[in-house]
Amino acid sequence: MTNYPQYSVRVIHYLNMEAIQQKIEEIPVKKNRGSNGQIRMEYVFRRTLVIAALLMVVLVFGIMLTLIIESTPSMKSLGIKYLWGKTWDPINNVYGSYSFLLGTLLTSFLALIISIPFSFAVAFYLGEYKPTGWFSNFLKNTVDLIAAVPSVIYGFWGLIVLVPIVRNLEMKIGVLPYGIGIFTASLVLAIMIIPYAASLGREMIRLVPSSLKEGAYSLGATKWEVIHRVILPYTKSGLFAGILLSLGRALGETMAVTMVIGNTSMIPTSIFAPGNTMASVIANEFNEADHTLYWSALVELGLVLFLVTVVINMIGKRIIKRFTNE
Amino acid sequence: MTQTLNKIKSRLIAFSLLSSLILLYSQSFGQSGDKSLLGAGSTFINPLFSKMFAEYNKKTGMEVNYQSIGSGGGILQLTNKTVDFGASDGPLNDEQTTKMGVPVLHIPMASGAVVLTYNLPGVNASLKLTPDVIADMFLGKITKWDDKGITALNAGITIPSFPILIVHRSDGSGTTNIFTNYLSKVSPEWSSKVGSGGAVNWPTGLGGKGSEGVSGLVKQTPGAVGYVELIYALQNKMSFAQVKNLKGKFIMPSLTSVSAASNIQLPDDAKVFITNTDAADGYPISGFTWVIIYKEQNYSSRSMQRAQNLLQLLWWNIHDGQQYTTPLNYSPLSKGALQVAEKILKSATYNGKAILK
Repeated sequence: MTNYPQYSVRVIHYLNMEAIQQKIEEIPVKKNRGSNGQIRMEYVFRRTLVIAALLMVVLVFGIMLTLIIESTPSMKSLGIKYLWGKTWDPINNVYGSYSFLLGTLLTSFLALIISIPFSFAVAFYLGEYKPTGWFSNFLKNTVDLIAAVPSVIYGFWGLIVLVPIVRNLEMKIGVLPYGIGIFTASLVLAIMIIPYAASLGREMIRLVPSSLKEGAYSLGATKWEVIHRVILPYTKSGLFAGILLSLGRALGETMAVTMVIGNTSMIPTSIFAPGNTMASVIANEFNEADHTLYWSALVELGLVLFLVTVVINMIGKRIIKRFTNE
Repeated sequence: MTQTLNKIKSRLIAFSLLSSLILLYSQSFGQSGDKSLLGAGSTFINPLFSKMFAEYNKKTGMEVNYQSIGSGGGILQLTNKTVDFGASDGPLNDEQTTKMGVPVLHIPMASGAVVLTYNLPGVNASLKLTPDVIADMFLGKITKWDDKGITALNAGITIPSFPILIVHRSDGSGTTNIFTNYLSKVSPEWSSKVGSGGAVNWPTGLGGKGSEGVSGLVKQTPGAVGYVELIYALQNKMSFAQVKNLKGKFIMPSLTSVSAASNIQLPDDAKVFITNTDAADGYPISGFTWVIIYKEQNYSSRSMQRAQNLLQLLWWNIHDGQQYTTPLNYSPLSKGALQVAEKILKSATYNGKAILK
């Protein structure tokens, strides 16, 4: 200030304001295209997201609508009896989905029960015991590879390798040695659905705040006690979501099941008996369904499968909500 | 400046890609070019058609594109008039005939057969079976291999005491159609209880997907018996049964005995199942596989040239093309079947006038 005696204070003030104003104007120019363009981009991005989300909703409702419309001939002629009908006769046009519904639920839940110990074991081991290290990486990649193998290959493997083993087991037990049946299909399904619960479970377990775990360890808890008292209550809903994912996969699995389940429309009398699932029937008979009522009965079977999946998912979400709120 | 140039460039590229795609797509609507024919249908006849059409192309330069999507699919495509001909292992049923609307012609192309293949440890010879025994087995009334009904027919063979495990097809198929048609003809109980068709309500047994599924199950399970196409059994060297035909002879399934089955009085429209044939040397579980075309060929603005190409192809199929059947294990048309097929082809018309002279 003292170096410029010829300028008054007002001029200097004005010059300073100019400099400040210039600096303010420079800032947006250095960024992308000005604040107007940025706002437009945000708007477009948000629009795209909303459209994509709406598209999903439209798709799902569209599928359900198509299923309902295409199964109206069958619904009109068979009515509600379709749900508990036990015969599937394309010649006399008498259709009933009971034995397939039973087969689907039996194989899926049995597969879930068989796979839960394994997927939880993998999840706990990879999440808590050995989260890092070469073996942990190897195990994680192998388990993910199980999910990547196409289901047809599981069907072939089941038919060629698992079926003779199960047949020998059945001969030792004393039941009819079919080899194929509900039990074999459940085994194949169990192997296929392990990765889903295992991956999700592992992520959930790693998300537990380490302060909680360290606190427990510092108090002298063993690894089992930490899992039992700290991790499990924290990740209950996440683990259950993993189970639900596995179950959803098992309900819809078609190719692997159809090769080892026996494809008979009779009601299975034991878990070693052959049976059939809804997805397997549709895949087998859709191509050559040569009259409208037959075709429409198959679409109705698809609708029943769709509704069963929806109901199970809704029940599962309710349970998860209860776990989260506890 | 560079921004607008880039925009123009990208728009030009997109436009040219799109227009070339549209051009390519419109080329494949083959109706405009009469140099190729389109067919779809039966998977059973696919190996034979592949060979036949390749040879026909070499001979005449006519390209025939065949899609093996199943008999049902072939009939559907013909109904929608998207193909020139459909191929099916069974004649049109009533509903399909109604949907078609206008008359169609069934032209037999070759014969196939269904054989009974079994897995009995210790038995390598070919078992003799009668229609009643087969029906009773598949109805679940005969449950053990050493049942009196079977041992009485096979005096020289010691049959072990295994439970009979029936294996049928889990998917709808022409093979099932032929087999159940035979059973319905020979067993009134089967006809009333189960009926015949591509997929039926089997009283007993397991299902395998495709002939591969059935033969795989039979091979793995001692005591199993199933039905597969003859071609499949021959190519995989499986043991199969001799069946007693209507004239009382036990016939071993073979290409000759299957051709002989169709050497009978056939109806003029060839829409017949030749199961339980009364030919003396015919194998009783045989069937035709047909090509189906519209009787009146002037539809959807088809040209006379196209109709002629189609008829000439089919004429070649039933004459010169038959030489390719036996090497591929299909049975060629018998003399009687050939005469009927020729008559049917000659009845195809364009604007009411016969196409083939």
